[in-house]
Amino acid sequence: MGMTITEKILARAGGRDNVVPGDNIWVNVDVLMTHDVCGPGTIGVFKREFGTDAKVWNKDGVVIIPDHYIFTEDEKCRRNVDVLREFVREQQLPHFYEPGTDSYSGVCHVTLPEKGHIRPGEVLFGTDSHTCTHGALGMFASGIGNTDAGFIMGTGKLLIKVPVMLKFIINGKLPDGVTGKDVILKIIGDLGVDGATYCAMEFAGSAIEAMSVEERMTICNMAIEAGGKSGIIAPDEKTIEYVRARTDRPFTCFFSDADAHYQKVYEYNAEDFESVVALPFSPDNVKTAKDAGDIKIDRAYIGSCTGGKLTDFMFAAKILKGRKVKVDTFLVPSTVEVEDALSKVSIEGKTLIDIFREAGCIDPAPPSCAACLGGPIDTFGRCNNGEVCVSTTNRNFPGRMGSKDSRTILASPYTAAASALTGHLTDPRCYLK
Amino acid sequence: MGDNIIRGKAFVVGNNIDTDQIIPAQYLNLVPTIKEEYVKLGSYALCGLPDEYETRYMEPDATQSRYSIIVAGTNFGCGSSREHAPISLGAAGCRIVIANSFARIFFRNCIATGEVYPVETDCDLAQRVKTGDEIEVDLDQKTITIIADGTTYAIKELGAVKEVIDAGGIFNYARNSGMIK
Ligand code: SF4
Repeated sequence: MGMTITEKILARAGGRDNVVPGDNIWVNVDVLMTHDVCGPGTIGVFKREFGTDAKVWNKDGVVIIPDHYIFTEDEKCRRNVDVLREFVREQQLPHFYEPGTDSYSGVCHVTLPEKGHIRPGEVLFGTDSHTCTHGALGMFASGIGNTDAGFIMGTGKLLIKVPVMLKFIINGKLPDGVTGKDVILKIIGDLGVDGATYCAMEFAGSAIEAMSVEERMTICNMAIEAGGKSGIIAPDEKTIEYVRARTDRPFTCFFSDADAHYQKVYEYNAEDFESVVALPFSPDNVKTAKDAGDIKIDRAYIGSCTGGKLTDFMFAAKILKGRKVKVDTFLVPSTVEVEDALSKVSIEGKTLIDIFREAGCIDPAPPSCAACLGGPIDTFGRCNNGEVCVSTTNRNFPGRMGSKDSRTILASPYTAAASALTGHLTDPRCYLK
Repeated sequence: MGDNIIRGKAFVVGNNIDTDQIIPAQYLNLVPTIKEEYVKLGSYALCGLPDEYETRYMEPDATQSRYSIIVAGTNFGCGSSREHAPISLGAAGCRIVIANSFARIFFRNCIATGEVYPVETDCDLAQRVKTGDEIEVDLDQKTITIIADGTTYAIKELGAVKEVIDAGGIFNYARNSGMIK
């Protein structure tokens, strides 16, 4: 019987001819990513278990990207970055995106592909649940905790269970103003927040093929919000072009066989998708933007690994151009590369940054995770009181963006921008000609 | 993970308790492998639960909870990969979480760290007990007993991960199998 792309990648990484869901196998890991929240604990586990002078299994395979708590006065947060810096120096690690230096980049899940660490066919584990993002480029990528990461650091291996395979086929053309974010929110709404637990979610079909690499990343990024172990999209010319522009490393593209087995195949017509939102307090509390009711918002937030990439800001700018926001609008580019692009990329002769300034948005903060996960009290954009925030991020559990009294509504950049203009939750399509 | 019979007071929560509710992001600056910070993580366990939970898991300034057993609905531990979540529960004195289902990464982190025992049951235990009730879990017999009325319910087989749990986490498991020294 044929295999899925996920099974093929895991079989290769496990040194086997084939695998089936449920197999427990040791896989060889190509890349381990960690950041400032889980890095110090991972290093602690690594040293405790392998000894204080142990060396990582492969210097080139470890990528350290501080991004969560960078622009804060919080002493412990700063201490954690110091721990990473010290470890990088001791181990002589080549891939460290160090805050306060030219190498600083920003959010790990946008940095990894931008800097050429993501390659089709490989296996990536990261100490962050949104590591599933990188399946968008045809690799197996999944989130783990510090103990597993400490184990990989010393051995380059991990014992994993081959996930159950689910396939989502979306054929046709998405309506204007409907994005990958709307697609994945709708799917999470249909499945529920635990509907894909232990599953690999494969996305295919002409609507996925028509998407940019960044939009595909948005889709795979939120696989975890349905409980998924990984998300994946078969590589194509766009993938290869994106990867080739960033790394010379050889890689292998895998594709699902026509007779591969899936536990379930979901088929959608792209034309049926609409602009949707996830209301508090769960990513599966999904309603169409037009039917969500009259909901007043206090602020809009455009940022994070889900909704702070260049294409996300371009979507928002299309709506905001020549108009004025009614509520505080926070912009956090995910990386330095995205931040730079805001003043270079333009729409009808106007740069994105000028569009945002003229619309009355608050000046963008430097790249980081910022208020996507609340964080220390002085974090830019953090909801410190009972604010209602329409946000391009990925989670809206109680207290996710700060105070337990605040409420986060998840939306696409179009919907977040349109809502910023009216001060109420708004279907963006009325602003698109 | 120690004894196979765990008896204690239950703390009952609902479905989809995510890692932000178990340990809110502002405390992730604490590093679990540093002893004092491990204890501190415990003192914040479940402090992100909404205020509707009138009984708190941790009393103010306490480092140990009165409840060594957490009883939950579906999808316990969803959200982030932060190992701080099972660690904060373990540090607070939780021995076992009984849920209808777990989110994958949380479950895995419980196993890898050995901090708390993640046990699944099909019965609606969260409806049958309330916070403060005494229960006993027998991991060998695979039963849960509500002490007040003596009723028992089954827990699910752990499957292949049992070997890892019995070894005491992934490092011991790999050592026992000769994979690492
Ligand atoms: S931007 Fe948000 S979701 Fe993405 S890695 Fe940072 S905290 Fe996590």
